[in-house]
Amino acid sequence: MADAFSEASDRSEDDSQDVMTPAELIAKLEQAWLNEKFSPELMESKSEIVECVMEQLTHMEGNLQRVRKGDIKASIHRMEIDRIRFVLSSYLRSRLRKIEKYFPHILEKEKSRAEGDPSFLSPEEFAFAKEYLANTESYLKTVALRHMPPNLQTVDMLKAVPKPCLDSFVFLRVHERQENILVEPETDEQREYAIDLEEGSQHLMRYSTIAPLVASGAVQLI
Amino acid sequence: MFCEKGVELIKELHLLGDGQLSAFNEDGIRQVLDEMKALYEQNQSDVNEAKSEGKSELIPTIKFRHTCLLRNQRCVAAYLYDRLLRIRALRWEYGSVLPASIRFHMCAEELEWFNQYKKSLAMYMRSLGGEEGLDITQDMKPPKSLYIEVRCLKDHGEFEIDDGTIILLKKNSQHFLPRWKCEQLIRQGVLEHVIS
Repeated sequence: MADAFSEASDRSEDDSQDVMTPAELIAKLEQAWLNEKFSPELMESKSEIVECVMEQLTHMEGNLQRVRKGDIKASIHRMEIDRIRFVLSSYLRSRLRKIEKYFPHILEKEKSRAEGDPSFLSPEEFAFAKEYLANTESYLKTVALRHMPPNLQTVDMLKAVPKPCLDSFVFLRVHERQENILVEPETDEQREYAIDLEEGSQHLMRYSTIAPLVASGAVQLI
Repeated sequence: MFCEKGVELIKELHLLGDGQLSAFNEDGIRQVLDEMKALYEQNQSDVNEAKSEGKSELIPTIKFRHTCLLRNQRCVAAYLYDRLLRIRALRWEYGSVLPASIRFHMCAEELEWFNQYKKSLAMYMRSLGGEEGLDITQDMKPPKSLYIEVRCLKDHGEFEIDDGTIILLKKNSQHFLPRWKCEQLIRQGVLEHVIS
């Protein structure tokens, strides 16, 4: 993938202090994309990656305009742009899908977030989530709730909308060796036990057990 | 029996299958609301009686009615919310303009919700990255090849591709076109992807 970027990268590296190469950027995007796709809950927002990739895409499109017609290089680059754009869109789509699915819980989490902690939502996503909540609440109110008896005119969205199921199982690949991961018992006869995760090994386990490792990048959902 | 109408609403959605929308059951909702009103009024008078005359034997009945009220509320909310989710999916399938046959099944408030959702989504997509934003309702499937074979299902007129070439999309004609230009037209039913 690095090839397709080579032209774009020369210029963009001057104006951004980031020393990330385009290939690293795309690897980061793919990592974020897979994690987001397979984790049951909304992951931390990666706005910088999204912005950088968008910038790269614009550069590449610009470069393509200058390539002469019928050049084989042009179609290869075009394909590359398409593929990157698909990954980016798919990443943002799965985030939006989760926001729509779990909006009361996500907004609640955002509210209780301590000052200085990284936000789980980008500013745009936050605005979207708030609008979605307000829109849905006002809809339920006008159509039905206001016609109900006085003590039943509100619905607690936090209770009404299901929470993400953090106990669901996920496949993962280990990037950095981890020791003593406590695995909760599956049945009553089993007891809690600890395992070590070797680098490069693959596992199937509950998301809740390894959620912090996914966030830190030590393991990758696949 | 209480709550029967409410459960009927839920059943209606259940029978419908995924992603489909039937006519908004205004009548069913009204019947549930009427039942709730009656239950509530009965409860009010019983509560007063239990308080003033100390009739504690009324309490189980009051509790029972209240549970029915809660259940009705839940059924109605579930019915409405589930429909919203279906309507949401339509935005992604059909784009921002819904076919009249579907709009026909929606009530005025649902249309309003849809319009608001459309606006929120458009605002979100515009705010992404550069000046133009990014349309994330495009690129739904991973690209396999740059060009695809498509067949026209109806006359669409002239169509310009990126390099300035203009082609005529005539019914039953076949073309070999850049995939990213066709995606929208395929979903609108103008073109059909020919898989050989």
